[in-house]
Amino acid sequence: MIALLKRDLALAVRAGGGFGLGLAFFLIVIVLVPFGVGPQAELLTRIAPGILWVAALLAALLSLDRIFALDHEDGSLPLLATSPLPLEAVALVKGVAHWITTGLPLTLAAPALGFLLNLQPSAYGFLLITLLVGTPALSMIGTFGAALTVGLRRGGLLLSLLVLPLYIPTLIFGAEAVRRGADGFSATNALVLQGGITLGVFAFLPFATAAALRVNLR
Amino acid sequence: MSLHVKDLSVARGGRPVLQGVSFDCAPGDALILRGPNGIGKTTLLRTLAGLQPALSGEVDFPEESGAYASHADGIKAQLSVTENLTFWAEVHGGVLDDTVLEDFDLVDLRDRLAGTLSAGQKRRLGLARLGVIGRKVLFLDEPTVSLDGFSVKMFADWLRDKHLGQGGIAVIATHIDLGLEAPVLDLTPYKAAQDAAGGSDEAFL
Repeated sequence: MIALLKRDLALAVRAGGGFGLGLAFFLIVIVLVPFGVGPQAELLTRIAPGILWVAALLAALLSLDRIFALDHEDGSLPLLATSPLPLEAVALVKGVAHWITTGLPLTLAAPALGFLLNLQPSAYGFLLITLLVGTPALSMIGTFGAALTVGLRRGGLLLSLLVLPLYIPTLIFGAEAVRRGADGFSATNALVLQGGITLGVFAFLPFATAAALRVNLR
Repeated sequence: MSLHVKDLSVARGGRPVLQGVSFDCAPGDALILRGPNGIGKTTLLRTLAGLQPALSGEVDFPEESGAYASHADGIKAQLSVTENLTFWAEVHGGVLDDTVLEDFDLVDLRDRLAGTLSAGQKRRLGLARLGVIGRKVLFLDEPTVSLDGFSVKMFADWLRDKHLGQGGIAVIATHIDLGLEAPVLDLTPYKAAQDAAGGSDEAFL
């Protein structure tokens, strides 16, 4: 498992690996929003948590189709399937690798970008925590979607349609926790529910992902 | 360690292509599969390797000992030759042994990125993977595509001395003579009748 994780991380940072693509997209979307909304600091402060979360979600979506498609193209996938590594472990590693290369950089970059949206000072901590708790779920759900669409031509669009509705709970609780935290209310409920989603996703989706891969390998 | 195949029927896209295939391989045996294009050599090999379910029949060999290799090598262009091989060795719980690089004439290429190799060199790298994973039962689909005569002989030597000679088994679909003393199984007589019972999908409908 460690070998696969090491390889996926090495591939992501080398030429054409797509590392930083999501981050750049995140940055651009956040920079564009004030231009579109206009220079109303108060309005920006109000919508900042939602915008940051939606942008992070879309940025995570960008690189999903690469999770299994590249391994499918060069034939690694059937070779991994016949290796001692169970496909469930492959699925889990792929999800974790995607989070490390996408979700983690997004989480770390978000506070800096919150500044551009005039985010309330009290909200920064909550933004960091909710993204840290929520983005792993985005990666794992995305890995499941990637397994469903592996081998399809132009499966990327279908993948987005499949995965985005599944992102809704994470988005609701994530943005809600930031808003409540920023306004000085208790954000515990939203945070706990979001954490529950992430844990549930990591408990069940590796198995569903492996099942989808087995069907698509036939 | 032996491979038993009994009365195997395989399907491609829900349509039966081969039926009643039976053979046995003892340790050290190789079997060459022959037959015209489309007869189902790849389908048979994929079924044997467990990548797709059989329609009926039995395939019996010790668990976790089979390996499949096709024209898609599973090689990452952005990784070097040794990185590619080390990855597959580690996934199978082993380490990369330098003798494998010598067996497949990859010593001079070891630090090159796989993306910069020629087609034949890539193929050698793909075959070298078989040498690092330590699997005893190999299912090889056209292993010599894009290899020159010298490399074909090199691969055949490796197969004979390092694999079959150590008690391994190989089932190989190929159209060229590898120079192995191995029985040839012509798949033409096993071709499934056109009106044979369909796959599970069709039965379900």
